[in-house]
Amino acid sequence: MSKKQNVKEKTQSLTRRQLLKGSAAGAATLAIPVGTADASVWQAFFQKHFNELDKDEMARVIERLEKEYKKDYGVDFNIETSDAKPDVLFGYGLDLSRCIGCRRCVYGCVRENNQSRDPQNHWIQVLRFKKGETWVHDLEGSEKYYEPETVPEEGYFYMPVQCQQCENPPCVRACPVRATWKEPDGIVVVDYNWCIGCRFCMAACPYGARHFNWSKPQIAKEEINPDTHYLGNRPRFKGVVEKCTFCIQRVRRDPGTYPACVEVCPVGARKFGNLLDPKSEIRYCIDNKRVFRLKEDLHTSPKFYYFFAT
Amino acid sequence: MKKITLFSLLFLVITSFLLSLNSNVHGEDPIPKFVVPPPPFSEDIFPCSDCHEDMEADPTRRELEEHTEIAEGFDHAKEQRWCLDCHNPDDRDKLRLVNGNLISFDESYMLCGQCHGTIFRDWKAGVHGKRTGEWDGKKLYRLCVHCHNPHQPRFKPMPPMPPPDKPKLIQQNKWKEDEIPRNPLGNIQ
Repeated sequence: MSKKQNVKEKTQSLTRRQLLKGSAAGAATLAIPVGTADASVWQAFFQKHFNELDKDEMARVIERLEKEYKKDYGVDFNIETSDAKPDVLFGYGLDLSRCIGCRRCVYGCVRENNQSRDPQNHWIQVLRFKKGETWVHDLEGSEKYYEPETVPEEGYFYMPVQCQQCENPPCVRACPVRATWKEPDGIVVVDYNWCIGCRFCMAACPYGARHFNWSKPQIAKEEINPDTHYLGNRPRFKGVVEKCTFCIQRVRRDPGTYPACVEVCPVGARKFGNLLDPKSEIRYCIDNKRVFRLKEDLHTSPKFYYFFAT
Repeated sequence: MKKITLFSLLFLVITSFLLSLNSNVHGEDPIPKFVVPPPPFSEDIFPCSDCHEDMEADPTRRELEEHTEIAEGFDHAKEQRWCLDCHNPDDRDKLRLVNGNLISFDESYMLCGQCHGTIFRDWKAGVHGKRTGEWDGKKLYRLCVHCHNPHQPRFKPMPPMPPPDKPKLIQQNKWKEDEIPRNPLGNIQ
């Protein structure tokens, strides 16, 4: 009884200054839930933008992330932060006359890049078009849920679409917080710790190449790929946007391996290399094949070249 | 004096002949040896000489008693072609090019390239066919026969992987840890 009275007295004797102080503290505790407010949450909250981290800060961030992922997924992660290689500009080629629409690339990508299995996120969409009809300007007229016994089907052809790694990326301009940018080797990346999830970039992308994590990505423990890159396939968080990065964790190794979709394609329709190297496969395609880029009229200048080989 | 001219002439002829031979050796092999996995032989079929060593080579087109599977499915310009156009009659462990040169089975791209020149050109550049490894380092090629059965070269249709979930099918966090849908492709290397 006396305790209750005590509280009452205290409440009544609140000054204006005390009230303001109290509500400020209250707001702060609301923003970061007390229950989970261990050091790592505070560190994550005050983490700088990826491009502003110095060496020590970077090391601390990586250490913290690896610890968090270990707790969340029960797997030891290795998170690379390797920079772009000098004199490299990545380009991609896709031979439409070879693609049979088998979707091996889609699931190879899912596995390599730790995409959420549920809700399902796919970075590659394989579109099916009827031969002899308009297509490049009628992507809505395509079919992506085709499910025949075997592929290829008579009278159809297939066009996989993923991030086109534009030289003039509209998604980057749309981002209000600069959480996405183009790296020196031409890969458009996302800092998942900086992304606020506004999805402006998704609206800006003319290729439907960006995908949103509507909830925490769910991946079976034994299917997690622990070899990751900060800007690439490390597990994403709920409420951030993700996209194809040409497998940044693979292509920036020394020497760099091909992206997973290139390696998994059973017909060898996917080509990858350095646009600045005249002897690369992608340069051979551009020099010798008739190539085109998707929605070229938008001046996004993709580094993803479709072509028809003989 | 006459003798000396004769000798020097002979010397000239011989050296030029030897030199031309030498340059021929270099001229014959302008194609580098590519790193490829071993050829996809049927089980226990190689070396061919195990059976063929003591057999007389018969180049006539006929009903085969052995290799019936190959003979039945044979569909590679079948009107114009028969076994010994590619397989070497004398040493069966080799293939034979039209110029008579013998090559081993792990260089069979030389044989295919005789007819399919444009494809061969693309393949050498790494543009026709599958290549794995490092984009700025070592690359692993595939032989033509890894994807195209040489006796029946048309690429075989295959079942596609499942289509993506339609938006209305996507259910969030419905699964328990052991119920998360698995990747239908399994692990890729």
